[in-house]
Amino acid sequence: MSSGEKYVAAAYGVFVVVVLVWVAILATKLARLERETGELARLARARPAGEQADG
Amino acid sequence: MSITKPSLTVLAWGAAALTTLAAVMIFALAPEDADQGFSQKIFYVHVPIALTAYACFGLGAWKAYRLLATRGERYDLESYTGVHLGTIFGVLTLVTGAIWAKASWGVWWTWSSNQLVLFLVLFLFYCAYFMLRFSVEPGARRERISAVYALFGVALIPVSFFAIRLANDFIHPTVFTREGPQMTGEMFAAFCVSWASITLLAYVMYRVELAGKRIDANLRDLREALQP
Repeated sequence: MSSGEKYVAAAYGVFVVVVLVWVAILATKLARLERETGELARLARARPAGEQADG
Repeated sequence: MSITKPSLTVLAWGAAALTTLAAVMIFALAPEDADQGFSQKIFYVHVPIALTAYACFGLGAWKAYRLLATRGERYDLESYTGVHLGTIFGVLTLVTGAIWAKASWGVWWTWSSNQLVLFLVLFLFYCAYFMLRFSVEPGARRERISAVYALFGVALIPVSFFAIRLANDFIHPTVFTREGPQMTGEMFAAFCVSWASITLLAYVMYRVELAGKRIDANLRDLREALQP
């Protein structure tokens, strides 16, 4: 691999890595949101019927 | 008349297809540059990323203006997301630019190039946006302060963009002149497809990130309403 090819590979590699890191961060956030939504659904189900109707 | 936004799924697949096409055009169709050789291929990723960073900062500023003009709360998250993505693409611009500089000029950075320094100033200005935003309590005051700051930053974009022409910079190359693009038709086509793919990718990222932030905000409200 020539030095020019190494630099090109590094530039494109950085771009791909940053996009992948962004996807990984978003996946972590999605997992947290899924967990929190589950907790809130449990909380909503646990509320007494009258309280639910009141809002 | 309302204009419906295209589906995120369609946009994401479009970005994937365009990126693949761009890669094929860059490495199989576009000829090697006579002067710089193979390292010139960095141009097809570096310049579109830089233009996308400008576009994201511009979008953040536009949404900030909408917030100040209409007091619409939703524009705060939209402006913040635009600036956030602009910063991500700003980092990429600086890193890919440094790699290209090392390949072409033999140095990672040069303070004598006005375009480089002005882009760094623009980038640092928007980095300070986050310090400002998170040093103020959430609410209408933070929304207004963040919007004013994001709007001020947009003035740096044309300065940074046209710096190379204004300062007669001989180090940083000028590819697009009044006579048109200084490259072959294949090179220009590869550049356009690469630019379109990165812009579309950034828009998909914007929509995904914004949806995540909105769900987060809605969940906070729900938690406050449900918890005793």
